[in-house]
Amino acid sequence: MLYNILIDPFVQMVELPDLFVQVLWEGTVAGVLYALIALGFVLIFKASGVFNFAQGIMVVFAALTLVGLHEAGVPALLALALTVAVMYALAWSIERIVLRPLVNQPDIILFMATFGITYLIIGLGEFIFGGRPKTMITDQLLLPRGAIDVQMLGGRVTFQKLDIAAAVIAGLMVVVLAVFFQSTRIGRALRAVADSHKAALSVGISLNQIWVIVWFTAGLVALVTGVMWGARSDVSFALQIIALKALPVLILGGFTSVPGAIVGGLVIGIGEKIGEFYWGPLVGGGIESWLAYLIALVFLLFRPQGLFGDKIIERI
Amino acid sequence: MTAAGGRRIGDVLLKVENISLAFGGVRALSEVSFDIRAHEIRAIIGPNGAGKSSLLNVINGFYHPQQGTITFKDIARTNIGPYDAASRGIARTFQNIALFRGMSTLDNIMTGRLLKMKVPFFWQLLRYGPAMREEVEHRRFVERIIEFLEIEDIRKVPVGRLPYGLQKRVELGRALAMEPELLLLDEPMAGMNVEEKEDMCRFILDVNDEFGTTIALIEHDMGVVMDISDRVVVLDYGRKIADGTPEEVKANRDVIDAYLGVKH
Repeated sequence: MLYNILIDPFVQMVELPDLFVQVLWEGTVAGVLYALIALGFVLIFKASGVFNFAQGIMVVFAALTLVGLHEAGVPALLALALTVAVMYALAWSIERIVLRPLVNQPDIILFMATFGITYLIIGLGEFIFGGRPKTMITDQLLLPRGAIDVQMLGGRVTFQKLDIAAAVIAGLMVVVLAVFFQSTRIGRALRAVADSHKAALSVGISLNQIWVIVWFTAGLVALVTGVMWGARSDVSFALQIIALKALPVLILGGFTSVPGAIVGGLVIGIGEKIGEFYWGPLVGGGIESWLAYLIALVFLLFRPQGLFGDKIIERI
Repeated sequence: MTAAGGRRIGDVLLKVENISLAFGGVRALSEVSFDIRAHEIRAIIGPNGAGKSSLLNVINGFYHPQQGTITFKDIARTNIGPYDAASRGIARTFQNIALFRGMSTLDNIMTGRLLKMKVPFFWQLLRYGPAMREEVEHRRFVERIIEFLEIEDIRKVPVGRLPYGLQKRVELGRALAMEPELLLLDEPMAGMNVEEKEDMCRFILDVNDEFGTTIALIEHDMGVVMDISDRVVVLDYGRKIADGTPEEVKANRDVIDAYLGVKH
């Protein structure tokens, strides 16, 4: 028994390295997508201190809008542009209708408000697009299909082209966001707002404008996530539960750290797949759905601020 | 009237008339009126809880008074927002330092230039062409401030790690980067040792002298107040009890009573 748990999986990894690489790759792709979802949370949490429960449903809503527009006869790329506009309109409305009247309210009030937003968007989405699952317009968006087989390590490893595209696009997105935060005027303002609302106001940064930008950026991240995830399964409201996967990622990476979201996403993604593949059979499989939470729980016990989060020191 | 350094006190820059501010049942300010003239150093003093900080918060748009008008550069308003105040040339520092703790000294001071940066977003993302020129130009300005405040060696240090006195200086730098016409300083010398106080005094006088910046400051150190300010307004329990030159204020009976406490 102990041999099966402690030694056998590693023996397998070494004996069949091609299989191990395959599992690693699957984990990386899943991890990249987790990281994207977590990134949406981190952006909003950093800038406004709000834990946005609606991030998951924003992923679904963005994907539904895209597919829905295409079904209505709009060319794919135009539909994509229109979806971006819709996400902007959503960010603007949320700032106007929800955030602005609630400014200076306790965090829990804003958190509850994002629950409200979630159910409003679910209702709105079902009303406009219907509750039926849809297929992502992968080909029309010029995303590649098929797979590449690579001979390596005495075996064959399969890379789905779509997964490669997802990893590349997610990577690009992260780089663009990093540049955006580091070296643009708005990025500097965003970091300032994340640090101190009072000081930001005193140098003439408009909080309202920043919130619209942040929610819009989170909307764009949601759109990319929605397209990528939708292409792997299909587009339905069930997708929003992947947002729950972001929770362990955030606990691992810290709620305020962009690199944390990425590393956390990868750790959870890869950990899940490896756990499922090598240790899953010992308990009859199904590890994947709860292992992430277990890892998060362990982290909460020993490092509650996450890998990269700000250390929480409170004066009492 | 000319003061030290040959600077000329100009016309009224900011006029506050009949300002009343209450939080629920607590009256923070009651019918306060005073003015600040261009290029002068105006001190606001008073015992703890007299409403000094509230007054600054009203001027820079953090608090909205229930009554009264604020006239800045000949435009009268009852309510202004912090964004309006900042874009029309009012900068400030805070009693309990409000810096961007995770950012470097340089980045903190650069935020003071945000309102002056106009190049479209797209160019900034590319870090190319006009955006680069704009960044360099503002960076040059910020470097002058850094040099002026003698904080060259902590340029890249995250401000959260700096000692208190230097943080106060960085905060002043950020306010100066806005090239304000009116600079509001909320207890710029609180918690400092004698040496740091002397430095800060020198910076305040130099700013006033070299750039002609109008300054309104709250300060508890009476020696400092009497030394550097042109005129002093005294608040007690949210009311103005005296207004005049340091000598006049010092001789005022109500002021002495407010500070020393008196049985009525």
